[in-house]
Amino acid sequence: MPHDGVNPKRRRFLTAATGVVGGAGLATVAWPFVTSMQPSARAQAAGAPVEVNIGKIEPGQLILEEWRGKPVWILRRSQKMLDSLDKVATQLLDPKSTVASQQPEFARNKYRSIKPEYLVLVGICTHLGCSPTFMPKPGAGGMGGDWPGGFFCACHGSRFDLAGRVFKNVPAPINLEVPPYKYLSDTRLLIGASADDSNNGGAA
Amino acid sequence: MAKSRFMQWIDARLPVTANWEKHLSKYYAPANFNFWCYFGSFALLVLVIQFVSGIFLTMHYKPDAAQAFASVEHIMRDVNWGWLIRYMHSTGASAFFVVVYLHMFRGLMYGSFKQPRELIWLIGMFIYLTLMAEAFFGYLLPWGQMSFWGAQVIVNLFSTVPIVGEDLALWIRGDFNVSDATLNRFFALHVALMPMVLIGLVVAHIAALHQVGSNNPEGVELKKNKANTDIQPPGSVPFHPYYTVKDTFGAVAFLILFCAVMFFAPEMGGYFLEHDNFIPADSLATPEHIAPLWYFTPYYSILRAVSDPFIGVSAMGAAVVILCFLPWIDRNPVKSVRYRSPLHKLSLTLFVAAFLALGYLGMQPVSTLYTEISARLANVYFLFFAVLWIHSRPRGAVFSIGWFIALLGAVTLFDYIYRYSPDNLSLMATSWLIPVAYLAVMLLLPLVTSLGRDKPVPAQINVRGVGT
Repeated sequence: MPHDGVNPKRRRFLTAATGVVGGAGLATVAWPFVTSMQPSARAQAAGAPVEVNIGKIEPGQLILEEWRGKPVWILRRSQKMLDSLDKVATQLLDPKSTVASQQPEFARNKYRSIKPEYLVLVGICTHLGCSPTFMPKPGAGGMGGDWPGGFFCACHGSRFDLAGRVFKNVPAPINLEVPPYKYLSDTRLLIGASADDSNNGGAA
Repeated sequence: MAKSRFMQWIDARLPVTANWEKHLSKYYAPANFNFWCYFGSFALLVLVIQFVSGIFLTMHYKPDAAQAFASVEHIMRDVNWGWLIRYMHSTGASAFFVVVYLHMFRGLMYGSFKQPRELIWLIGMFIYLTLMAEAFFGYLLPWGQMSFWGAQVIVNLFSTVPIVGEDLALWIRGDFNVSDATLNRFFALHVALMPMVLIGLVVAHIAALHQVGSNNPEGVELKKNKANTDIQPPGSVPFHPYYTVKDTFGAVAFLILFCAVMFFAPEMGGYFLEHDNFIPADSLATPEHIAPLWYFTPYYSILRAVSDPFIGVSAMGAAVVILCFLPWIDRNPVKSVRYRSPLHKLSLTLFVAAFLALGYLGMQPVSTLYTEISARLANVYFLFFAVLWIHSRPRGAVFSIGWFIALLGAVTLFDYIYRYSPDNLSLMATSWLIPVAYLAVMLLLPLVTSLGRDKPVPAQINVRGVGT
């Protein structure tokens, strides 16, 4: 109902201005709520590096450690295992590990490790986060006769070789992740911190 | 009927009688409701069961990664009747989806999503999506192996989104891995936010229904008296007492079945409560075979059918979202399947069959053959919607053949870009005949036979024993 003396233009402006201020207020107050769902200071601190003794691992043996709540594998590769890496190269999606985020710079080599013998991997499939199974035996049960040994994710069928490199035509898009790590001595590893510390996963 | 002085006093302050009449005693529904029309009221019943059992579970459950698993066992063993309340809630979760899927199928069969009921369908889809979120959040709470790894996989679906994916997954989990923080927030979402959203949507769903009136198995609208909508339309009955009594009868039968499951087979052989979930969550070891609960497996199969993760996730999302657009895809004025063509009946049957088969395959371990079959069933699933649109009215030869070529081309192109590899060529070429046959039957057969012809729809609902 129009009244005398009402300026509709001014009224529209005031309505819009109120709306904008209210909207800005809502957006501002949403910020603390949204960010409260980010990892807390405690969760970030819990990502501290883990020290592991690798002196007692036999060749061909894999040990399981926990870092940031995730499984980390340390595999001492036998010479035969290392030899298999060259043979499978043509069947791999990314044999040269070109994706930068999947390993620290120091592991961007054929063996994806500092010392060829010791492979350190985050044991989480890069597809949807299941933990793959270690299947070292060539031609192991159900994997087909040409299976060179490696890791198999039963959830969605992704396959990785003994350097954690992904095969072609499986769901996982990139190689298994190598965590930052460094040698404290010949038998002691520190997982979660690297010598150059250029890639610590973005935490803290 | 004269109102008591008490009701007069109330009605002057709160419109109780007016609402009772509007939604029950003078809400006129078609008189020909049948078995399929039970499931809306069953869904409401299960919602109540879930609310009541859920509230009492909350009194004993601890949303803490160190205590959650044990607190569920505490409910099962120590709390008086705790086992009953917990099995009621877990059976209720599966029952909810059984009922909702049948309710949706009813809508699909009788064209209940069509004009003027588009919004009822759309709100219903939002209810379905909320229900999926509610079920997913709730499934983490027992903190068993399947809870943990199921959540791990589903949260990681978000990490496949280009660029922001990883940060998004981190934000959802609140930690670098599914952890105590994740459990705690899922609990909050499961018991507070999602139930509130659900109630709001259910109210909107029913309000929208009562605005336009109920559909019926004939798919023929009631003839409303335009001058006075209070007058009972011919072929209708007031919802109360006719359908309140019918639904109560149905509820008794439903509850007998519900109790049979709850008391004698609450795990349903691993389909309602998965065996691995009786092992506490272990972030270092994935169970050998993980699958979501049965109500998610059709979509899970579609996800696994494509190896590119983002395309797989997108296909899975599209499979759910496309249902929202049903009212704008199927433009055929004939609502009920009773008067649709034999080919439409066939395509609807195949759609349901594909959905069920995808559900079965989603529970099986991955194999090359199963993945291939899943991909082809996913083809049928998606092509159904294209066919639905094409069957909206009689089509000419050029149009039909054109779309036959275009759709087949789209399927083939998708195969070539996302699924082709030299090793699976022969399998893929063989199974390619499935979409070829499907499209040929649906699009080309109407050109040479009368199988694509819809039947004439009667002018009004014919119900014996109901006076006009």
